[in-house]
Amino acid sequence: MAQKPVIELEGIRRDFVVGEETVHALRGVSFTIREGEFVTIMGTSGSGKSTLLNILGCLDTPTSGEYRLDGTPVRSMSKNQRAVLRNRKIGFVFQSYNLLAKTTAVENVELPLMYNSAIGARERRERAVTALQRVGLGDRLNHKSNQMSGGQMQRVAIARALVNDPAVILADEATGNLDTRTSFEILVLFQKLHAEGRTIIFVTHNPEIAQYSTRTITLSDGKLRDDRVNDHILDAAEKLASLPVEED
Amino acid sequence: MNILSLFRIALKAIGANKMRSFLTMLGIIIGVSSVIIMLALGTGSKATIMQEIADVDPGTFMIIPGPDYEEVGGNWLPEYNQAITQADYQSILEKNKYLKAVCPMVYSSGQYINGKNNHSCTLQGVNNEFLVINGLSITEGDMFTENEIKGSAKVCILGKTVVDKLFSKDADPIGTVIRINNIPVRVVGVLKSKGRTAFGQDQDDIVLMPYTTVMKRMTSQNYFDMIYAAATSKAMTSLAVDDVTEILRTNHKLKDTDIQDFRINSLEEATSMVDKVMNILTLLLSCIAGISLLVGGIGIMNIMYVSVTERTREIGLRMSVGARTVDIMSQFLIEAIMISVTGGLIGVLIGGGIAYLARFIMMNYTDYHILISVEPWSVLLAFMVCTVTGIFFGWYPAKKAANLDPIEALRYE
Repeated sequence: MAQKPVIELEGIRRDFVVGEETVHALRGVSFTIREGEFVTIMGTSGSGKSTLLNILGCLDTPTSGEYRLDGTPVRSMSKNQRAVLRNRKIGFVFQSYNLLAKTTAVENVELPLMYNSAIGARERRERAVTALQRVGLGDRLNHKSNQMSGGQMQRVAIARALVNDPAVILADEATGNLDTRTSFEILVLFQKLHAEGRTIIFVTHNPEIAQYSTRTITLSDGKLRDDRVNDHILDAAEKLASLPVEED
Repeated sequence: MNILSLFRIALKAIGANKMRSFLTMLGIIIGVSSVIIMLALGTGSKATIMQEIADVDPGTFMIIPGPDYEEVGGNWLPEYNQAITQADYQSILEKNKYLKAVCPMVYSSGQYINGKNNHSCTLQGVNNEFLVINGLSITEGDMFTENEIKGSAKVCILGKTVVDKLFSKDADPIGTVIRINNIPVRVVGVLKSKGRTAFGQDQDDIVLMPYTTVMKRMTSQNYFDMIYAAATSKAMTSLAVDDVTEILRTNHKLKDTDIQDFRINSLEEATSMVDKVMNILTLLLSCIAGISLLVGGIGIMNIMYVSVTERTREIGLRMSVGARTVDIMSQFLIEAIMISVTGGLIGVLIGGGIAYLARFIMMNYTDYHILISVEPWSVLLAFMVCTVTGIFFGWYPAKKAANLDPIEALRYE
């Protein structure tokens, strides 16, 4: 049964004017991502994947073409309308975590809900605690960001991306700053979330990660080079178990 | 984002850089406390002056010989000094419609000797309505009588300071004959002490004699240095002034074009003049103090720019999770307002503290008894100015933050 489309891109172009030259970062990209997919977007630097990520994340709008997020057309939206859309539909996970300094895990996770006036303080706290429990940090609710390891910080960031129950989680090189073992721990978490029905888009330049997702989209020179469904999805938990345990 | 959360964020941001926040506040603290002190000093001085003249009958005015200096320029004629005469006094007494008291005055220097003691101060020749007009009273003995005035009697009333200078502690001055400018004069009364004015002037260093005695026996003059008059009430003052002017103009046979050879100064005029001058002075001092508030505001602006730059990534993150322009804007505005209002609060406390300390020291250790007081409206003003300062100087940094491009901000190193 075909799931409903979460992301629909039709002929997305994005031009940047640099001085007198126009740079075509995206030259007509079209694809659809359906609910429950775990998609890796790959590409070398300069391939346009960052630009695509910004557009998918409603941080930027295409020069032409149409983008519908969860059925909502984004291109004609104002800055503030897009902010509200991000708040309700998107969860971001960044390479460098981007947690608020000197702030507890639970407060960091609460942040997106702070910008949603429909949610009261009590519900906000409950949802943040639940999100942290789901990423395995139920015992570190009140740890401050500077008291945590990179892996823990990224888990907090993932909890923050989950807390608003988004249509899609956008991860940008989410394992880029982590060592191998911790990277796989995070990948295990993403696979778990995927198994729970989450739609995940993982942008990376690391081909190894693509093996753990259900679909891989490859960009090159601002165009869709390759779009394939993975027949053989690896299990991150197995890989993690096979890694040598580091001695402290 | 609700206002409570915004306050919490602002508190956190201020707390994260305690020293920097304090130094930023310092500008506001100094500005507000100096404004508070200047306003307290200004309103205090005004209240003090007003209180001093409150004893004098509010409908009082002075009839002074000679025209306004401005009117005659350098052409001051000697006869101007003698323009108010006994005849004028009589006419005023007979014809006035709105006066309750009239007192002619002559001044002379006085040298007072009682045995081995001697003292000098101004001698004032008056009639017995002088006390009513000036809010004075007699503690020992009596005021001189109508008959004593008519007969140019050699009697006098002494102020407490003069008594202390001329008599030993236990001596009763009443009935004693002292020598004033070598003329023997009997003391008939002692004035109730009024102490010093707030500006240190001794109000008890005073000697009164019948004006007739002074004119006849001391100065040999037939004109008055001044006439005090009190209208039946404060409201009647201007009517009374017009009335007296008319009487004197008729007496002096002045035509419309002639220079009027006397002038009238009312207490009300003097009061409103004092009021005006003090208000201008207070405003001026406060404006000078206000400049430091301006400098403090610029300090806030500066530090808010630094804060925005330092937190570019945080702003990017907040935007990416759904903060709208207004959310970011209010976050930084509230931080700026909080710095300035907290600084204002501390400034009010310090300024008020210094003002009351100064008042305590003045009251207890000096002759200057100025009633320095911090008025509630000046505190309110300080707070309003601080809030406006916070908004004004926080606006551009906040605007800068709110206008950041989330993509650039997230990438900012």
